[in-house]
Amino acid sequence: MTPITQPRLRARFLPLCLGLAASLGLAACGGSAGSTTSSSAPPSSAAATTAQAPATSAAAATPTPAEATLTVYAAASLTATFTDLGAQFEAVHPGVTVTFNFAGSSDLAAQIIEGAPADVFASADENNMSKVTAENLIAGAPVLFATNSLMIAVPPDNPGGVTSLADLTNPDLAVVVCAPEVPCGAAAVKVEGIAGIDIQPVSEESKVTDVLAKVSSGDADAGLVYSTDVQGANGAVVGIAFPEAAQAVNNYPIGVVANAPQAALAQEFVDFVTGPTGAAVLAAAGFGQP
Amino acid sequence: MSRRRDPVGLPGGVYALALVGAGLILLPLAALVTRVDWPNFWPLVTSEASRAAFLLSVKTSGTATCLCVLLGIPMALVLARARFPGQSVVRALVLLPLVLPPVVGGLALLYTFGRRGLLGRHLEVMGLRIAFSTTAVVLAQTFVALPFLVLSLEGALRMLPRHYEEVAATLGAGRWAMLWHITLPLVLPGLTSGLVLSFARALGEFGATLTFAGSLQGVTRTLPLEIYLERESDPDAAVALSLILVAVALAVVGLATRRATANSDPGD
Repeated sequence: MTPITQPRLRARFLPLCLGLAASLGLAACGGSAGSTTSSSAPPSSAAATTAQAPATSAAAATPTPAEATLTVYAAASLTATFTDLGAQFEAVHPGVTVTFNFAGSSDLAAQIIEGAPADVFASADENNMSKVTAENLIAGAPVLFATNSLMIAVPPDNPGGVTSLADLTNPDLAVVVCAPEVPCGAAAVKVEGIAGIDIQPVSEESKVTDVLAKVSSGDADAGLVYSTDVQGANGAVVGIAFPEAAQAVNNYPIGVVANAPQAALAQEFVDFVTGPTGAAVLAAAGFGQP
Repeated sequence: MSRRRDPVGLPGGVYALALVGAGLILLPLAALVTRVDWPNFWPLVTSEASRAAFLLSVKTSGTATCLCVLLGIPMALVLARARFPGQSVVRALVLLPLVLPPVVGGLALLYTFGRRGLLGRHLEVMGLRIAFSTTAVVLAQTFVALPFLVLSLEGALRMLPRHYEEVAATLGAGRWAMLWHITLPLVLPGLTSGLVLSFARALGEFGATLTFAGSLQGVTRTLPLEIYLERESDPDAAVALSLILVAVALAVVGLATRRATANSDPGD
Protein backbone atom coordinates (compact mmCIF):
# COMPACT_ATOMS: atom_id res chain seq x y z
CA MET A 1 0.00 0.00 0.00
CA THR A 2 1.45 3.38 -0.97
CA PRO A 3 1.30 6.01 1.72
CA ILE A 4 -1.01 8.91 0.96
CA THR A 5 1.22 11.90 0.36
CA GLN A 6 0.09 15.36 1.32
CA PRO A 7 -0.81 16.65 -2.15
CA ARG A 8 -2.87 13.52 -2.79
CA LEU A 9 -4.66 13.92 0.50
CA ARG A 10 -5.46 17.50 -0.38
CA ALA A 11 -6.61 16.48 -3.84
CA ARG A 12 -9.04 14.01 -2.30
CA PHE A 13 -10.13 15.87 0.80
CA LEU A 14 -11.08 19.21 -0.75
CA PRO A 15 -13.36 17.92 -3.54
CA LEU A 16 -14.98 15.53 -1.06
CA CYS A 17 -15.78 18.36 1.38
CA LEU A 18 -16.98 20.69 -1.34
CA GLY A 19 -19.09 17.96 -2.88
CA LEU A 20 -20.70 17.16 0.48
CA ALA A 21 -21.38 20.84 1.17
CA ALA A 22 -22.90 21.34 -2.26
CA SER A 23 -25.18 18.32 -1.92
CA LEU A 24 -26.38 19.53 1.50
CA GLY A 25 -26.97 23.04 0.20
CA LEU A 26 -29.06 21.74 -2.68
CA ALA A 27 -31.04 19.47 -0.41
CA ALA A 28 -31.92 22.37 1.86
CA CYS A 29 -33.10 24.40 -1.12
CA GLY A 30 -35.20 21.59 -2.49
CA GLY A 31 -36.61 20.73 0.90
CA SER A 32 -37.44 24.08 2.39
CA ALA A 33 -37.47 26.82 -0.21
CA GLY A 34 -40.61 25.33 -1.70
CA SER A 35 -41.21 27.88 -4.41
CA THR A 36 -40.80 26.85 -8.01
CA THR A 37 -37.49 28.56 -8.54
CA SER A 38 -35.35 27.88 -11.59
CA SER A 39 -32.66 25.27 -11.39
CA SER A 40 -29.94 27.93 -11.41
CA ALA A 41 -30.61 28.84 -7.78
CA PRO A 42 -27.25 28.67 -6.01
CA PRO A 43 -26.87 26.39 -3.02
CA SER A 44 -27.29 28.66 -0.05
CA SER A 45 -25.51 27.82 3.16
CA ALA A 46 -27.90 30.09 5.05
CA ALA A 47 -30.84 27.90 4.08
CA ALA A 48 -29.06 24.89 5.51
CA THR A 49 -28.64 26.46 8.92
CA THR A 50 -31.87 28.37 9.47
CA ALA A 51 -34.28 25.49 9.76
CA GLN A 52 -34.16 21.80 10.29
CA ALA A 53 -34.50 20.37 6.82
CA PRO A 54 -37.32 17.86 6.42
CA ALA A 55 -36.36 14.22 6.57
CA THR A 56 -36.79 13.53 2.91
CA SER A 57 -35.33 15.73 0.25
CA ALA A 58 -36.32 16.42 -3.27
CA ALA A 59 -32.86 17.41 -4.37
CA ALA A 60 -32.47 14.67 -6.95
CA ALA A 61 -35.03 15.99 -9.39
CA THR A 62 -34.24 18.95 -11.59
CA PRO A 63 -36.91 21.56 -10.91
CA THR A 64 -39.18 22.44 -13.81
CA PRO A 65 -41.92 25.09 -13.64
CA ALA A 66 -44.61 22.45 -12.89
CA GLU A 67 -42.78 21.05 -9.89
CA ALA A 68 -43.45 22.05 -6.32
CA THR A 69 -42.49 20.83 -2.89
CA LEU A 70 -45.07 20.84 -0.12
CA THR A 71 -43.64 20.83 3.39
CA VAL A 72 -45.88 19.26 6.02
CA TYR A 73 -45.12 19.46 9.73
CA ALA A 74 -47.05 16.65 11.40
CA ALA A 75 -47.20 15.13 14.88
CA ALA A 76 -45.06 12.01 15.34
CA SER A 77 -48.19 9.89 15.89
CA LEU A 78 -49.19 10.66 12.29
CA THR A 79 -45.99 9.28 10.75
CA ALA A 80 -47.50 6.16 9.16
CA THR A 81 -50.83 7.65 8.06
CA PHE A 82 -49.42 10.89 6.67
CA THR A 83 -46.58 9.14 4.84
CA ASP A 84 -49.27 7.05 3.16
CA LEU A 85 -51.49 10.09 2.46
CA GLY A 86 -48.48 12.03 1.13
CA ALA A 87 -47.77 9.30 -1.42
CA GLN A 88 -51.43 9.23 -2.49
CA PHE A 89 -51.46 13.04 -2.75
CA GLU A 90 -48.35 12.94 -4.95
CA ALA A 91 -50.02 10.35 -7.16
CA VAL A 92 -52.94 12.67 -7.96
CA HIS A 93 -50.73 15.78 -8.17
CA PRO A 94 -47.97 15.01 -10.69
CA GLY A 95 -44.83 17.05 -10.13
CA VAL A 96 -45.64 17.67 -6.48
CA THR A 97 -43.32 16.31 -3.81
CA VAL A 98 -44.61 16.16 -0.24
CA THR A 99 -41.88 16.28 2.39
CA PHE A 100 -42.62 15.69 6.06
CA ASN A 101 -41.17 16.79 9.34
CA PHE A 102 -42.51 14.36 11.93
CA ALA A 103 -41.80 15.29 15.56
CA GLY A 104 -43.54 16.03 18.84
CA SER A 105 -46.29 18.62 18.35
CA SER A 106 -44.65 21.05 20.75
CA ASP A 107 -41.33 20.79 18.88
CA LEU A 108 -43.11 21.49 15.61
CA ALA A 109 -45.08 24.40 17.07
CA ALA A 110 -41.84 25.89 18.41
CA GLN A 111 -40.14 25.48 15.02
CA ILE A 112 -43.02 27.14 13.16
CA ILE A 113 -43.06 30.02 15.66
CA GLU A 114 -39.31 30.39 15.09
CA GLY A 115 -39.97 30.79 11.36
CA ALA A 116 -39.56 27.30 9.91
CA PRO A 117 -40.83 27.26 6.29
CA ALA A 118 -43.78 24.90 6.78
CA ASP A 119 -46.85 24.82 4.55
CA VAL A 120 -49.12 22.64 6.69
CA PHE A 121 -49.17 21.99 10.44
CA ALA A 122 -51.00 18.96 11.86
CA SER A 123 -50.88 18.81 15.66
CA ALA A 124 -51.71 15.93 18.00
CA ASP A 125 -53.56 18.26 20.36
CA GLU A 126 -55.39 21.57 20.34
CA ASN A 127 -53.04 23.11 22.92
CA ASN A 128 -50.01 23.10 20.62
CA MET A 129 -52.07 24.28 17.66
CA SER A 130 -53.33 27.20 19.76
CA LYS A 131 -49.70 28.22 20.46
CA VAL A 132 -49.29 28.68 16.70
CA THR A 133 -52.67 30.35 16.12
CA ALA A 134 -51.88 32.73 19.02
CA GLU A 135 -48.96 34.00 16.91
CA ASN A 136 -51.31 34.43 13.91
CA LEU A 137 -49.31 31.80 12.05
CA ILE A 138 -52.25 29.74 10.78
CA ALA A 139 -54.23 30.99 7.79
CA GLY A 140 -57.91 30.76 8.72
CA ALA A 141 -59.12 28.41 11.44
CA PRO A 142 -57.60 24.95 12.05
CA VAL A 143 -59.86 21.98 11.27
CA LEU A 144 -60.22 18.91 13.51
CA PHE A 145 -59.56 15.79 11.45
CA ALA A 146 -58.98 12.90 13.87
CA THR A 147 -59.25 11.85 17.50
CA ASN A 148 -57.18 9.50 19.58
CA SER A 149 -57.75 8.01 23.01
CA LEU A 150 -55.67 6.20 25.59
CA MET A 151 -55.26 2.46 25.92
CA ILE A 152 -53.30 0.28 28.33
CA ALA A 153 -50.39 -1.38 26.53
CA VAL A 154 -48.86 -4.54 27.98
CA PRO A 155 -46.19 -6.93 26.65
CA PRO A 156 -47.75 -9.78 24.63
CA ASP A 157 -47.36 -12.23 27.54
CA ASN A 158 -48.83 -9.68 29.98
CA PRO A 159 -46.45 -10.61 32.84
CA GLY A 160 -48.25 -8.32 35.28
CA GLY A 161 -51.67 -9.85 34.57
CA VAL A 162 -53.18 -6.43 33.88
CA THR A 163 -56.86 -6.36 32.97
CA SER A 164 -58.10 -2.94 34.06
CA LEU A 165 -56.94 0.62 34.73
CA ALA A 166 -57.15 -0.01 38.49
CA ASP A 167 -54.54 -2.80 38.13
CA LEU A 168 -51.97 -0.13 37.25
CA THR A 169 -51.92 1.05 40.87
CA ASN A 170 -50.39 -2.29 41.93
CA PRO A 171 -47.05 -1.26 43.46
CA ASP A 172 -45.38 -4.48 42.25
CA LEU A 173 -45.89 -3.51 38.62
CA ALA A 174 -43.51 -1.32 36.62
CA VAL A 175 -45.87 1.14 34.96
CA VAL A 176 -44.69 3.82 32.52
CA VAL A 177 -46.75 6.84 31.49
CA CYS A 178 -46.11 10.15 29.72
CA ALA A 179 -45.12 13.17 31.82
CA PRO A 180 -48.07 15.47 32.65
CA GLU A 181 -46.38 18.22 30.62
CA VAL A 182 -47.01 16.43 27.30
CA PRO A 183 -50.42 15.67 25.73
CA CYS A 184 -50.46 11.91 26.40
CA GLY A 185 -49.47 12.56 30.01
CA ALA A 186 -52.19 15.18 30.42
CA ALA A 187 -54.69 12.62 29.14
CA ALA A 188 -53.29 10.04 31.59
CA VAL A 189 -53.77 12.44 34.52
CA LYS A 190 -57.32 13.04 33.30
CA VAL A 191 -58.29 9.35 33.20
CA GLU A 192 -56.70 8.82 36.61
CA GLY A 193 -58.88 11.62 37.95
CA ILE A 194 -62.01 10.18 36.33
CA ALA A 195 -61.27 6.69 37.67
CA GLY A 196 -60.30 8.09 41.07
CA ILE A 197 -56.96 6.27 41.14
CA ASP A 198 -53.34 7.36 41.55
CA ILE A 199 -50.76 5.53 39.42
CA GLN A 200 -47.17 5.62 40.74
CA PRO A 201 -45.16 5.21 37.53
CA VAL A 202 -41.51 4.11 37.43
CA SER A 203 -40.96 6.59 34.60
CA GLU A 204 -42.70 9.62 33.09
CA GLU A 205 -41.58 9.84 29.48
CA SER A 206 -41.57 12.89 27.25
CA LYS A 207 -42.84 10.96 24.25
CA VAL A 208 -45.53 8.33 23.89
CA THR A 209 -43.21 6.31 21.66
CA ASP A 210 -40.77 6.03 24.57
CA VAL A 211 -43.59 4.60 26.71
CA LEU A 212 -44.40 2.11 23.96
CA ALA A 213 -40.73 1.13 23.56
CA LYS A 214 -40.42 0.38 27.27
CA VAL A 215 -43.50 -1.83 27.22
CA SER A 216 -42.58 -3.68 24.02
CA SER A 217 -39.06 -4.37 25.36
CA GLY A 218 -40.67 -5.91 28.44
CA ASP A 219 -38.99 -3.51 30.84
CA ALA A 220 -42.34 -2.09 31.84
CA ASP A 221 -45.30 -4.28 32.78
CA ALA A 222 -47.78 -1.75 31.43
CA GLY A 223 -48.00 1.72 29.96
CA LEU A 224 -50.63 4.24 28.92
CA VAL A 225 -50.39 4.98 25.19
CA TYR A 226 -52.76 5.94 22.38
CA SER A 227 -54.87 3.28 20.71
CA THR A 228 -53.11 4.10 17.40
CA ASP A 229 -49.76 3.30 19.04
CA VAL A 230 -51.05 -0.15 19.97
CA GLN A 231 -52.32 -0.68 16.41
CA GLY A 232 -49.04 0.58 14.93
CA ALA A 233 -46.94 -1.70 17.16
CA ASN A 234 -47.96 -4.72 15.04
CA GLY A 235 -48.30 -7.15 17.91
CA ALA A 236 -45.25 -6.00 19.89
CA VAL A 237 -47.71 -4.94 22.60
CA VAL A 238 -51.28 -5.90 23.43
CA GLY A 239 -53.85 -3.15 24.01
CA ILE A 240 -56.44 -3.17 26.79
CA ALA A 241 -59.29 -0.69 26.38
CA PHE A 242 -60.86 0.94 29.43
CA PRO A 243 -64.09 2.97 29.68
CA GLU A 244 -62.54 6.11 31.21
CA ALA A 245 -60.55 6.71 28.01
CA ALA A 246 -63.67 7.93 26.20
CA GLN A 247 -63.74 10.97 28.50
CA ALA A 248 -60.16 12.03 27.71
CA VAL A 249 -60.07 12.15 23.92
CA ASN A 250 -57.32 14.04 22.08
CA ASN A 251 -58.38 16.10 19.08
CA TYR A 252 -56.02 16.49 16.10
CA PRO A 253 -56.26 19.87 14.32
CA ILE A 254 -54.69 20.68 10.94
CA GLY A 255 -54.18 24.06 9.27
CA VAL A 256 -52.36 25.93 6.51
CA VAL A 257 -49.43 27.93 7.88
CA ALA A 258 -49.74 31.68 7.31
CA ASN A 259 -47.48 32.89 4.48
CA ALA A 260 -46.95 29.28 3.42
CA PRO A 261 -44.62 29.08 0.40
CA GLN A 262 -47.20 26.77 -1.23
CA ALA A 263 -50.47 28.13 0.18
CA ALA A 264 -52.83 26.82 -2.51
CA LEU A 265 -51.28 23.36 -2.56
CA ALA A 266 -51.30 23.35 1.25
CA GLN A 267 -55.05 23.97 1.30
CA GLU A 268 -55.52 21.10 -1.19
CA PHE A 269 -53.55 18.81 1.11
CA VAL A 270 -55.65 19.84 4.14
CA ASP A 271 -58.81 19.13 2.11
CA PHE A 272 -57.34 15.77 1.08
CA VAL A 273 -56.66 14.80 4.73
CA THR A 274 -60.09 15.94 5.93
CA GLY A 275 -61.80 14.34 2.89
CA PRO A 276 -62.85 10.71 2.31
CA THR A 277 -59.34 9.41 1.47
CA GLY A 278 -57.88 10.89 4.63
CA ALA A 279 -60.75 9.63 6.76
CA ALA A 280 -60.34 6.08 5.42
CA VAL A 281 -56.55 5.97 6.00
CA LEU A 282 -56.88 7.45 9.49
CA ALA A 283 -59.70 5.12 10.47
CA ALA A 284 -57.69 2.11 9.32
CA ALA A 285 -54.86 3.17 11.64
CA GLY A 286 -57.16 3.32 14.66
CA PHE A 287 -57.93 7.05 14.74
CA GLY A 288 -61.45 8.16 15.58
CA GLN A 289 -63.56 10.73 13.72
CA PRO A 290 -63.94 14.13 15.41
CA MET B 1 1.83 44.02 14.91
CA SER B 2 4.56 41.71 16.11
CA ARG B 3 2.50 38.80 14.81
CA ARG B 4 2.96 39.98 11.20
CA ARG B 5 6.73 40.16 11.59
CA ASP B 6 7.00 36.77 13.23
CA PRO B 7 8.82 34.69 10.60
CA VAL B 8 7.11 31.46 11.74
CA GLY B 9 3.67 33.05 12.19
CA LEU B 10 0.44 31.62 10.78
CA PRO B 11 -1.01 32.72 7.44
CA GLY B 12 -3.91 35.16 7.71
CA GLY B 13 -6.40 32.69 6.25
CA VAL B 14 -5.92 30.39 9.22
CA TYR B 15 -6.96 33.16 11.60
CA ALA B 16 -10.01 33.92 9.47
CA LEU B 17 -11.18 30.28 9.45
CA ALA B 18 -10.44 29.92 13.17
CA LEU B 19 -12.61 32.96 13.77
CA VAL B 20 -15.47 31.42 11.77
CA GLY B 21 -15.09 28.21 13.78
CA ALA B 22 -15.14 30.09 17.07
CA GLY B 23 -18.23 31.97 15.90
CA LEU B 24 -19.98 28.71 15.10
CA ILE B 25 -19.51 27.62 18.70
CA LEU B 26 -19.94 30.92 20.50
CA LEU B 27 -22.83 32.44 18.55
CA PRO B 28 -25.41 29.76 19.52
CA LEU B 29 -24.32 30.08 23.15
CA ALA B 30 -24.80 33.85 22.95
CA ALA B 31 -28.21 33.27 21.34
CA LEU B 32 -29.15 31.04 24.28
CA VAL B 33 -28.19 33.80 26.71
CA THR B 34 -30.37 36.31 24.88
CA ARG B 35 -33.41 34.08 25.47
CA VAL B 36 -32.98 33.89 29.24
CA ASP B 37 -35.90 35.32 31.20
CA TRP B 38 -33.65 37.12 33.70
CA PRO B 39 -36.32 38.46 36.13
CA ASN B 40 -37.55 34.89 36.69
CA PHE B 41 -34.18 33.19 36.33
CA TRP B 42 -33.65 32.43 40.01
CA PRO B 43 -37.16 31.05 40.71
CA LEU B 44 -36.93 28.96 37.54
CA VAL B 45 -33.62 27.31 38.41
CA THR B 46 -34.49 26.80 42.08
CA SER B 47 -37.87 25.13 41.55
CA GLU B 48 -38.26 21.73 43.16
CA ALA B 49 -37.99 19.91 39.83
CA SER B 50 -34.88 21.87 38.83
CA ARG B 51 -33.12 21.25 42.13
CA ALA B 52 -33.96 17.55 42.04
CA ALA B 53 -32.60 17.29 38.50
CA PHE B 54 -29.44 19.24 39.33
CA LEU B 55 -28.68 17.20 42.44
CA LEU B 56 -29.31 13.93 40.61
CA SER B 57 -27.08 15.03 37.73
CA VAL B 58 -24.19 15.97 40.00
CA LYS B 59 -24.50 12.75 42.03
CA THR B 60 -24.79 10.41 39.07
CA SER B 61 -22.06 12.16 37.04
CA GLY B 62 -19.76 12.08 40.07
CA THR B 63 -20.38 8.37 40.58
CA ALA B 64 -19.93 7.69 36.88
CA THR B 65 -16.62 9.58 36.91
CA CYS B 66 -15.41 7.50 39.87
CA LEU B 67 -16.31 4.35 37.94
CA CYS B 68 -14.47 5.73 34.90
CA VAL B 69 -11.34 6.24 37.02
CA LEU B 70 -11.60 2.81 38.59
CA LEU B 71 -12.08 1.01 35.28
CA GLY B 72 -10.53 3.47 32.85
CA ILE B 73 -7.03 3.61 34.36
CA PRO B 74 -6.53 -0.17 34.08
CA MET B 75 -7.96 -0.10 30.55
CA ALA B 76 -5.62 2.69 29.47
CA LEU B 77 -2.63 0.94 31.08
CA VAL B 78 -3.40 -2.33 29.34
CA LEU B 79 -3.95 -0.66 25.98
CA ALA B 80 -0.79 1.46 26.26
CA ARG B 81 1.61 -1.03 27.83
CA ALA B 82 0.48 -4.59 27.25
CA ARG B 83 0.87 -6.40 23.95
CA PHE B 84 -1.76 -8.90 22.92
CA PRO B 85 -3.27 -10.10 19.66
CA GLY B 86 -6.18 -8.04 18.38
CA GLN B 87 -5.15 -5.05 20.46
CA SER B 88 -6.02 -2.47 17.81
CA VAL B 89 -9.45 -4.03 17.35
CA VAL B 90 -10.06 -3.94 21.11
CA ARG B 91 -8.98 -0.30 21.24
CA ALA B 92 -11.35 0.63 18.42
CA LEU B 93 -14.24 -1.20 20.10
CA VAL B 94 -13.58 0.36 23.48
CA LEU B 95 -13.60 3.84 21.96
CA LEU B 96 -16.80 3.10 20.05
CA PRO B 97 -19.12 4.95 22.49
CA LEU B 98 -17.31 8.16 21.45
CA VAL B 99 -18.74 7.99 17.96
CA LEU B 100 -21.87 5.95 18.61
CA PRO B 101 -25.16 7.89 18.66
CA PRO B 102 -26.22 7.88 22.34
CA VAL B 103 -29.59 6.34 21.48
CA VAL B 104 -27.77 3.33 20.06
CA GLY B 105 -25.79 3.12 23.29
CA GLY B 106 -29.05 3.24 25.23
CA LEU B 107 -30.50 0.41 23.17
CA ALA B 108 -27.36 -1.66 23.66
CA LEU B 109 -27.54 -1.10 27.42
CA LEU B 110 -31.24 -1.96 27.41
CA TYR B 111 -30.54 -5.26 25.68
CA THR B 112 -27.85 -5.96 28.27
CA PHE B 113 -29.28 -4.74 31.57
CA GLY B 114 -33.00 -4.48 30.76
CA ARG B 115 -35.41 -6.91 32.41
CA ARG B 116 -35.24 -9.22 29.42
CA GLY B 117 -31.64 -8.34 28.57
CA LEU B 118 -28.55 -10.52 28.37
CA LEU B 119 -27.56 -9.93 32.01
CA GLY B 120 -30.75 -8.26 33.17
CA ARG B 121 -32.86 -11.41 33.04
CA HIS B 122 -30.46 -13.15 35.42
CA LEU B 123 -30.31 -10.12 37.70
CA GLU B 124 -34.12 -10.03 37.69
CA VAL B 125 -34.15 -13.61 39.00
CA MET B 126 -31.82 -12.48 41.79
CA GLY B 127 -34.25 -9.69 42.62
CA LEU B 128 -32.10 -6.93 41.14
CA ARG B 129 -33.79 -4.55 38.76
CA ILE B 130 -31.64 -1.97 37.00
CA ALA B 131 -34.10 -0.47 34.51
CA PHE B 132 -35.77 2.73 35.75
CA SER B 133 -33.28 3.07 38.62
CA THR B 134 -30.56 5.61 39.34
CA THR B 135 -28.09 2.77 38.73
CA ALA B 136 -29.26 2.72 35.12
CA VAL B 137 -28.42 6.43 34.80
CA VAL B 138 -24.92 5.86 36.21
CA LEU B 139 -24.40 2.91 33.85
CA ALA B 140 -25.45 4.95 30.83
CA GLN B 141 -23.18 7.83 31.84
CA THR B 142 -20.22 5.53 32.50
CA PHE B 143 -20.76 3.86 29.13
CA VAL B 144 -20.48 7.13 27.22
CA ALA B 145 -17.84 8.79 29.44
CA LEU B 146 -15.35 5.94 29.88
CA PRO B 147 -13.69 6.30 26.44
CA PHE B 148 -12.79 9.93 27.19
CA LEU B 149 -10.73 8.90 30.18
CA VAL B 150 -9.16 5.94 28.41
CA LEU B 151 -8.27 8.03 25.37
CA SER B 152 -6.64 10.90 27.32
CA LEU B 153 -4.74 8.61 29.65
CA GLU B 154 -3.57 6.22 26.97
CA GLY B 155 -2.23 9.16 24.96
CA ALA B 156 -0.35 10.45 27.99
CA LEU B 157 1.07 6.99 28.75
CA ARG B 158 2.35 6.57 25.21
CA MET B 159 4.16 9.93 25.34
CA LEU B 160 5.84 8.96 28.60
CA PRO B 161 9.52 7.97 28.26
CA ARG B 162 10.10 4.54 29.79
CA HIS B 163 13.44 5.37 31.44
CA TYR B 164 11.91 6.58 34.74
CA GLU B 165 10.23 3.23 35.14
CA GLU B 166 13.35 1.37 34.01
CA VAL B 167 15.40 3.19 36.64
CA ALA B 168 12.78 2.45 39.29
CA ALA B 169 12.84 -1.21 38.27
CA THR B 170 16.65 -1.42 38.57
CA LEU B 171 16.30 0.10 42.06
CA GLY B 172 14.04 -2.80 42.95
CA ALA B 173 10.62 -1.19 42.85
CA GLY B 174 7.73 -3.66 42.69
CA ARG B 175 5.12 -3.44 39.94
CA TRP B 176 2.45 -1.87 42.11
CA ALA B 177 4.91 0.58 43.66
CA MET B 178 6.18 1.59 40.24
CA LEU B 179 2.65 2.13 38.96
CA TRP B 180 1.62 4.07 42.03
CA HIS B 181 4.75 6.17 42.63
CA ILE B 182 6.21 6.63 39.15
CA THR B 183 3.82 6.00 36.26
CA LEU B 184 0.56 7.51 37.49
CA PRO B 185 2.08 10.70 38.97
CA LEU B 186 3.85 11.30 35.65
CA VAL B 187 0.61 11.06 33.66
CA LEU B 188 -1.43 13.07 36.16
CA PRO B 189 -2.16 15.92 33.69
CA GLY B 190 -3.53 13.45 31.16
CA LEU B 191 -5.52 11.71 33.86
CA THR B 192 -6.94 15.00 35.12
CA SER B 193 -8.07 16.16 31.71
CA GLY B 194 -9.57 12.73 31.01
CA LEU B 195 -11.36 12.83 34.34
CA VAL B 196 -12.82 16.27 33.68
CA LEU B 197 -13.89 15.35 30.16
CA SER B 198 -15.58 12.20 31.49
CA PHE B 199 -17.43 14.20 34.11
CA ALA B 200 -18.56 16.75 31.52
CA ARG B 201 -19.70 14.01 29.15
CA ALA B 202 -21.58 12.22 31.94
CA LEU B 203 -23.24 15.48 32.95
CA GLY B 204 -24.47 16.07 29.43
CA GLU B 205 -25.60 12.47 28.83
CA PHE B 206 -29.10 12.42 27.41
CA GLY B 207 -29.85 9.89 24.70
CA ALA B 208 -28.70 6.72 26.42
CA THR B 209 -30.36 7.75 29.70
CA LEU B 210 -33.65 8.50 27.98
CA THR B 211 -33.63 5.20 26.10
CA PHE B 212 -32.41 3.02 28.92
CA ALA B 213 -33.22 4.58 32.30
CA GLY B 214 -36.49 6.41 31.80
CA SER B 215 -37.41 9.74 33.30
CA LEU B 216 -38.69 10.21 36.86
CA GLN B 217 -38.06 13.20 39.08
CA GLY B 218 -35.34 12.55 41.64
CA VAL B 219 -34.67 9.02 40.36
CA THR B 220 -33.69 9.10 36.69
CA ARG B 221 -34.58 12.59 35.42
CA THR B 222 -31.19 14.29 35.15
CA LEU B 223 -30.69 17.92 34.13
CA PRO B 224 -30.64 17.26 30.36
CA LEU B 225 -33.85 15.20 30.61
CA GLU B 226 -35.49 17.90 32.74
CA ILE B 227 -34.56 20.49 30.10
CA TYR B 228 -36.03 18.29 27.38
CA LEU B 229 -39.28 17.91 29.32
CA GLU B 230 -39.55 21.55 30.41
CA ARG B 231 -39.32 22.59 26.78
CA GLU B 232 -42.77 21.09 26.29
CA SER B 233 -44.51 23.22 28.89
CA ASP B 234 -42.17 25.97 30.07
CA PRO B 235 -39.51 26.99 27.52
CA ASP B 236 -38.22 29.71 29.88
CA ALA B 237 -37.36 27.11 32.50
CA ALA B 238 -35.65 24.99 29.84
CA VAL B 239 -33.50 27.94 28.75
CA ALA B 240 -32.63 28.85 32.35
CA LEU B 241 -31.60 25.26 33.11
CA SER B 242 -29.62 25.08 29.87
CA LEU B 243 -27.64 28.09 31.01
CA ILE B 244 -26.89 26.36 34.32
CA LEU B 245 -25.63 23.33 32.42
CA VAL B 246 -23.49 25.54 30.16
CA ALA B 247 -22.06 27.33 33.21
CA VAL B 248 -21.18 24.06 34.95
CA ALA B 249 -19.62 22.64 31.78
CA LEU B 250 -17.66 25.86 31.26
CA ALA B 251 -16.35 25.79 34.83
CA VAL B 252 -15.36 22.14 34.54
CA VAL B 253 -13.64 22.50 31.17
CA GLY B 254 -11.97 25.74 32.29
CA LEU B 255 -10.61 23.97 35.34
CA ALA B 256 -9.28 21.15 33.18
CA THR B 257 -7.50 23.34 30.64
CA ARG B 258 -5.94 25.47 33.41
CA ARG B 259 -4.66 22.38 35.16
CA ALA B 260 -3.40 20.89 31.94
CA THR B 261 -1.56 24.09 30.96
CA ALA B 262 -0.10 24.51 34.45
CA ASN B 263 1.20 20.96 34.45
CA SER B 264 2.61 20.91 30.95
CA ASP B 265 6.27 21.47 30.14
CA PRO B 266 7.30 25.13 30.46
CA GLY B 267 9.32 24.78 27.29
CA ASP B 268 6.22 23.63 25.45
